[in-house]
Amino acid sequence: MKKKMLSLVLAGAMTAVLMTGCGSGNGSADSGSTADGAATETETTEAGETEAADGAADTENAESADDAQAAGGEGGTLKIGGIGPLTGSAAVYGIATMNGSQIAVDEINAAGGINGMTVELNFQDDECDAEKSVNAYNTLKDWGVQVIDGCVTSACSIAVADKTAQDNIFQLTPSGSAVDCVANPNSFRVCFSDPNQGAASAQYIGEHSLATKVAVIYDSSDVYSSGIYEKFAGEAANQSFEIVATGAFTADNKTDFSVQLQQAKDAGADLVFLPIYYNEAALILTQASSMGFDVKFFGCDGLDGILGVENFDATLAEGVMLLTPFAADATDDLTVSFVTTYNEKFGETPNQFAADGYDAIYTIKAAAEKANITADMSNEDICNALQTAMTEITVDGLTGAGITWDASGEPTKDPKAVVIKDGVYTAM
Amino acid sequence: MSFVAHLINGVSLGSVYALIALGYTMVYGIAKMLNFAHGDVIMIGGYVVFVTVSGMGMNPLAAIIISMAVCTVLGVTIERVAYRPLRGASPLAVLITAIGVSYLLQNIALLVFGSDTKAFTNVVTMPNLELFEGQLIIKSVTIVTVIVSIIIMVGLTLFVKRTKIGRAMTAVSEDKGAAQLMGINVNGTIAVTFAIGSSLAAIAGVLLCSAYPSLTPYTGSMPGIKAFVAAVFGGIGSIPGAFIGGILLGVIENLSKAYISSQLSDAIVFSILIIVLLVKPTGLLGRKIQEKV
Amino acid sequence: MKAKAGKLSKTTKNDLITYGMVILTYIVVQILVSSGHVSSLIQGLLVPFCTYVIVAIALNLTVGILGELSLGHAGFMCVGAFASAVFSLAFKNTMPGGLRFFLALLIGAAAAAAVGFLVGIPVLRLRGDYLAIVTLAFGEIIKNIINALYLGVDSKGLHFTMKDALSLNMEEDGLMLIKGAQGVTGTPNDSNFTIGVVLILVTLFIVLNFIHSRTGRAVMSIRDNRIAAESVGINVTKYKLIAFTVSASLAGVAGVLYAHNLSTLNALPKNFGYNMSILILVFVVLGGIGNIRGSIIAAVLLTLLPEVLRGLSDYRMLIYAVVLIVMMIFNWSPNAVFFRKRLKQRLGIGGRKKEEA
Repeated sequence: MKKKMLSLVLAGAMTAVLMTGCGSGNGSADSGSTADGAATETETTEAGETEAADGAADTENAESADDAQAAGGEGGTLKIGGIGPLTGSAAVYGIATMNGSQIAVDEINAAGGINGMTVELNFQDDECDAEKSVNAYNTLKDWGVQVIDGCVTSACSIAVADKTAQDNIFQLTPSGSAVDCVANPNSFRVCFSDPNQGAASAQYIGEHSLATKVAVIYDSSDVYSSGIYEKFAGEAANQSFEIVATGAFTADNKTDFSVQLQQAKDAGADLVFLPIYYNEAALILTQASSMGFDVKFFGCDGLDGILGVENFDATLAEGVMLLTPFAADATDDLTVSFVTTYNEKFGETPNQFAADGYDAIYTIKAAAEKANITADMSNEDICNALQTAMTEITVDGLTGAGITWDASGEPTKDPKAVVIKDGVYTAM
Repeated sequence: MSFVAHLINGVSLGSVYALIALGYTMVYGIAKMLNFAHGDVIMIGGYVVFVTVSGMGMNPLAAIIISMAVCTVLGVTIERVAYRPLRGASPLAVLITAIGVSYLLQNIALLVFGSDTKAFTNVVTMPNLELFEGQLIIKSVTIVTVIVSIIIMVGLTLFVKRTKIGRAMTAVSEDKGAAQLMGINVNGTIAVTFAIGSSLAAIAGVLLCSAYPSLTPYTGSMPGIKAFVAAVFGGIGSIPGAFIGGILLGVIENLSKAYISSQLSDAIVFSILIIVLLVKPTGLLGRKIQEKV
Repeated sequence: MKAKAGKLSKTTKNDLITYGMVILTYIVVQILVSSGHVSSLIQGLLVPFCTYVIVAIALNLTVGILGELSLGHAGFMCVGAFASAVFSLAFKNTMPGGLRFFLALLIGAAAAAAVGFLVGIPVLRLRGDYLAIVTLAFGEIIKNIINALYLGVDSKGLHFTMKDALSLNMEEDGLMLIKGAQGVTGTPNDSNFTIGVVLILVTLFIVLNFIHSRTGRAVMSIRDNRIAAESVGINVTKYKLIAFTVSASLAGVAGVLYAHNLSTLNALPKNFGYNMSILILVFVVLGGIGNIRGSIIAAVLLTLLPEVLRGLSDYRMLIYAVVLIVMMIFNWSPNAVFFRKRLKQRLGIGGRKKEEA
């Protein structure tokens, strides 16, 4: 009996939440800051019901309904929705992207917006899980999103790309590097694709005769890392060096790299290729040093950020080479002002994800201006217009100068090879 | 030679597992609950040392003591607020609550310390031991971790066997009701258990982060699970079992990475665990419990 | 005899309420959806609701009815998801959607059942926490193996390796089915809310009938007293294995639904690791061990909770954790149970329990 009563109460609560969930769409029309844009939940069923009608109107044709209420600039508001992991073990990437994007949005708004429109960014957490990512996307849809800036990670990007293609919403992923992220005509990316980086790294090592015996340590459970490794190994066959040792690790097993390093050492490798993120790379460098393994390290853009690890002994990273589109130590005005602003606002040195997020917003701006996007256009029109405009624009961003796109969604930009010398990036 | 190197690296990894597993087994042995939040208490311990040493420039030894104090208070608070109300409820309910506590600690750390990785300063400043003209290196932190684990293991065993409160713990673990009737303060005894387990977690946190110097809000969760496996491996509840299980797990993990497959090492470790449990269902040193109708 | 008939009809009535609740919710939701009263978020969550409800019911069969703790159900879900996704991808263009999904469903359920059976033979000899840790280990093994698995099909047939994509040696026309950690991409989006609800009803039918069958009673007798059950001639291993296999296969069904709702499928620690197994266990424990209807409600509520907390931005998962702890204490603490009983007496049995909620 008790159980039954309890289930009834719970069922009631469930319905109430379901109803309030309906109303969540319009709770945020006037919130300007980053992540607090989503649902302002109402406690009682009655309030939920009364709001439900507005909520439905929101979902049906979000732009007009919301823009009428929006207290933006004269041109209305352009609603950009970001998706990325803000909690969970990948949070560092999502938070950086969100912060980078937010800086771009603030700059743009301060300078008068896009075509007179105020830009509003709503960044939702996906916990690095494809299913949660789709939930985040749907939350943004209820909010009336017009352009998607996401997702940060590859698998989530692919899952959301499937939905944006159905709904005809333009999607630009800052850092989803897997090939399939941009398989649909409406999805583009800012970063390099995995195959691109893998092949470029192998060519670079071969052409510059950096090594004859190469060892690879990669994360076999990670889409990014295994994607680069595959192409690297494929391209290595055409190059002058050979791969003498391959050590994999997994997400569950990424603290101890002694075995992989020992194998590389025993195989006589003179260069270790690390297509991984800087968190693990920092550990690898420390462990290699403590076991007396003195070798060159070469990495991809994931390695960027290693000097920003708080309290990290930068001398360990001395001589590490990486192909990265972004270097926080670069001295051009754009980078310097971005790094300064980021440092002031968030107290950290931005990594490549922050730069990708920043560039993504400016890319959207460039494309929106090219296509003369206005806030009252339907998502479908915006999507079609941006799709065409993307192939016509050239963006000078943090992650490359003169970036252009083709219809496949891939950016054309040159990776910069840098070496860490005296604790700063130096062009090679 | 490389085999010996892999073996030593395995012991190095295993000693960290052993240290964490001792805390796990302590709490499980007495309170009969799987404290899934143990790994996260370790993480908090690591952060406390990080903040005091790197942020305030404190002496590492003083920092460790502060960290132990913080973790002890944290452990006892968790026990009081989240676990004690559930005493007498299904063990599963306590397990789930422990998971809730684990999420809570991770998210507090995420908010307070941020998501970015912190490089931990190795608090063990002794030089590494080099053998055979530098061909074989034993890290000083490994030596310290092994010694600390052995001291803790012996200390705990003596404490549980010889002291009054230790024997009260054994009594509580055997039968709470009977222990109460004999005048033992059950709640107090369990609180002491948590205090000891949590202060061990602080030590484990420091040595874990010294050996693998990267600290994030999720640092504790995977080593926590591995250490839990190690504790089961050695026979959960058994103090020497936790130590042996931890060392063995580390060695097996490293050898399977080196000689079988680095991608499948987790699968291999878990398979060996399963085989061991099938042959000896209560772990290597676990006691067989007689069942009655 | 009469008493027995009365008792039976009571359980039947109870079951009918459960079925009715599911069907009624379905109708209400469908009406709300068609009249445009449901937000995109909730619409997108409908299939995940079904997925988690099914897997929660499946786990409740193991935990509540069989009385054994399994921390590996995400592994069975993973097997079902990958087996069916590979099938659907391979026949994406050569088979009509409905038939393909039906066959994928059977394949997913069968694959999970087979793995459940194989795991069950050795594992069910263990008990309590040891069983829990071994099932956790199996879940992790499954995830680890799938992450290292490469599978492709081309004109020469199936290719398979555990090393990397290059060692597959595929022909030009080949189609990669599983790309190691990159998983399966391009699974057709075959599942929808109606299919999900039908599957919930089928799951309920299987589980509720199982519980009331001769086999189910045997299983429950093992749960309540294994030695006594053994002494009256019940084949403990056999019945345990039956319940465990059924439970695994239903988890596989949930996996099929999961796989066909997203265009990408990866075996990450997040979705198929021990974290997920634990989350499923949370549904079961919160809903009441052995209480099927409770599992359904808890699965829906806890899937919804992090989503409705999105407004709290940074504090979202923090509040989620606090709510989880508070709900556990409220639902399970002996003091809280006593308090609820007292409250109910004071309000009279018919009184609504609004104050508590």
